[in-house]
Amino acid sequence: MSFLDASNQPFALKAFSTLFILVWCVIACFPLLWITIMSLKLPLDAFDSNFFNVLVGPVTLQLKNGVSVASILAISLFSMYFYSRRQRLRNYLRASIGYSEDVTLFLFILLLYIFCCISISIIFSKFFDAYLGLFGAKIFGFTLDHYHAVWTERGFSLFFKNSLIVTSGVVIISLSLGTLAGYGLARKESSIAFWILIIALIFRALPHSVLVAGYLPFFMKSNAILSPIFGEFAPILYGQPLAVILVLVAINQPFTIWLMRSFFQNIPKELDEAARIDGCSHFQAFRKIIIPVMWPGVITTGLFSFMLGYNDYLVCSLLLDGQNQTMVPSITGLFNRDTSTTDEIVAIAAAVSITAPLFFIVLIFQKQIVSGLTAGAVKG
Amino acid sequence: MKNRDFIFFVGPSLVAMFVCIAIPLMFVLEQSFFVNKKVYKEVEVESCVAGFTGQICSVEMQTKPQLDEKGEIITQKEFVGLESYERLINFDAVKKAFWQQNFLELENVKFFSALRFTVTFCLITLPFVIILGLVIALTVNNLLSSLKGPIIFVSLLPFIITPIIGALSIRWLFVGDGIITAFLEWLTNSNISMFSNSWTLELMMILYRIWHVCPFAFIVFYAGLQTINKEMLESAIVDGANRYHRLRFIIIPHLMPLIVFVSLIHLMDSYRVFEEIIAFSSDAYVISLQWLTYDFLRLDDTGNRYISSASASSILTMIGISILLYPLIKKTWNDYREGKL
Repeated sequence: MSFLDASNQPFALKAFSTLFILVWCVIACFPLLWITIMSLKLPLDAFDSNFFNVLVGPVTLQLKNGVSVASILAISLFSMYFYSRRQRLRNYLRASIGYSEDVTLFLFILLLYIFCCISISIIFSKFFDAYLGLFGAKIFGFTLDHYHAVWTERGFSLFFKNSLIVTSGVVIISLSLGTLAGYGLARKESSIAFWILIIALIFRALPHSVLVAGYLPFFMKSNAILSPIFGEFAPILYGQPLAVILVLVAINQPFTIWLMRSFFQNIPKELDEAARIDGCSHFQAFRKIIIPVMWPGVITTGLFSFMLGYNDYLVCSLLLDGQNQTMVPSITGLFNRDTSTTDEIVAIAAAVSITAPLFFIVLIFQKQIVSGLTAGAVKG
Repeated sequence: MKNRDFIFFVGPSLVAMFVCIAIPLMFVLEQSFFVNKKVYKEVEVESCVAGFTGQICSVEMQTKPQLDEKGEIITQKEFVGLESYERLINFDAVKKAFWQQNFLELENVKFFSALRFTVTFCLITLPFVIILGLVIALTVNNLLSSLKGPIIFVSLLPFIITPIIGALSIRWLFVGDGIITAFLEWLTNSNISMFSNSWTLELMMILYRIWHVCPFAFIVFYAGLQTINKEMLESAIVDGANRYHRLRFIIIPHLMPLIVFVSLIHLMDSYRVFEEIIAFSSDAYVISLQWLTYDFLRLDDTGNRYISSASASSILTMIGISILLYPLIKKTWNDYREGKL
């Protein structure tokens, strides 16, 4: 096919497109890469205006720790070897442990790789660097102080726990509601289903602050309003993780039902019709036929719910108390106009800590995320 | 599917959406017409000071907020009609701007400056996102297939990242003598500070948003390119169509529904622009509609929340998004009526 055939193109076009993609990839990952580097340096290096000083970190090297050329070489050699043998390793693990799921296996290999890299760098800095002369000299300064400060002194572990609670709540509730609704909407052929979807689309467009404006007064006074029903146990919903979960589920629901519906439409109708002919009711058909084949769609939708809950700033910062935040809103508390540069680097370390789980999720679930992005769209 | 089964499946989700979205919206509408006011009462206060011969006492009338038995301030709902809207929009300023044909003055009213920024932000980023996404998709489609996986992985990073963290990472590239500001200063030999001009701030927000959304457009278009009818392209080549013709007459028409889809999603999302304002701390220069509501909702220095103003600005924001989405919803409805969906 000549359009897709790379060899059939004029050289200039080929060169240009390669260059263009290269530039895009650099732009795409540079800010993240850069803040990761900054988070490992002392403030004096991190905010240096010289590119190489930030990269190398002379002050950090002097005052803190560093990595030698030899260990960087060793790690990159190891990485190349590891990458070339990844298929064999996967097969070996699959045979020996008996795992069949790709995702678990991938995660295991990834952890193994990270563990190996860390141990190589430790081994080099402890035993080999001293004998390697020029190669053993430390050149790249780094320090983990800021991470230590974020996680222990700034209460980030509490925020992490809160994030975990909120996100898992959002994922579980919105998936259970969304799966049922998506199935119903995919199998119903009437204008009601169409209207529900259109209304969901309009709800999806609502700015989140609009909803919060509806919730906030109610949440602040909820104990007075709910006391006729619950008596003394009427809770103040403001500051409760459960209340935030509720709001995020509501925000997420329109998108979830759209996504689940398009996945269910890809499951052939004949499958549950056959089950119905054999005497199943709709519920039995759903339970016995659809549930076993719906997991790819559920995983993808779950990923997007996860990201909504995890990434939310507005709802959590308004409905949770400042002392008991989730991770993302807490980051603005770490720095403002009159904090020191050290605080700023601590905030950067916090930002990298927040990004790390997302990074691994893209690494593991790339295929599912791509399928989720295109699910509603490609069919038109 | 029978209606009974349909309700069983869809019901829980519908109830959740009704209770958690529709009802709060009604509350918002109601709140925008009411104001919670503290109830004051006049109290006689006797205050005494020690004098030379004895205490000197004076009685004066003071207005104090009334307390209930728990010691909390009693508030009373008061119907104010359109007062909150009036405070937000400032009709006088609008009238004056109309008379003098000087709409730049409206920038002084917070709401209009937010509206101006939000709408220009949506409309400026849209073409960049679509075109850049399309170009990336076309070029990646031309590359060797072994490189596609890593490129998609790298491209997904800006999209997947927490919006506020993404914006912050851009901020740290530019803030103070950040690496890019330093580079630009070296290039132009001048002193640049990106965070004290409204236009540089807006430029950075637009750049950030394009960086953040492009991967989404790219992935969707790339998936669309895989479904192109290859015989059609081949016959176009036989008929002598060059690269530009093929793009113009086959590829773009094929991708048109996807372009509409991406535009719709992008308009919805960029109308909600908010995180950038927080991350760039730009509220003194540039604000957006959603940020305005957020600002009314959070505690100010005196410990108040302006719920009524927030509700009024929410309602106006919603009217804005309905106007923005009306053509697209109408088109969907027409397609549906003609049986295309």
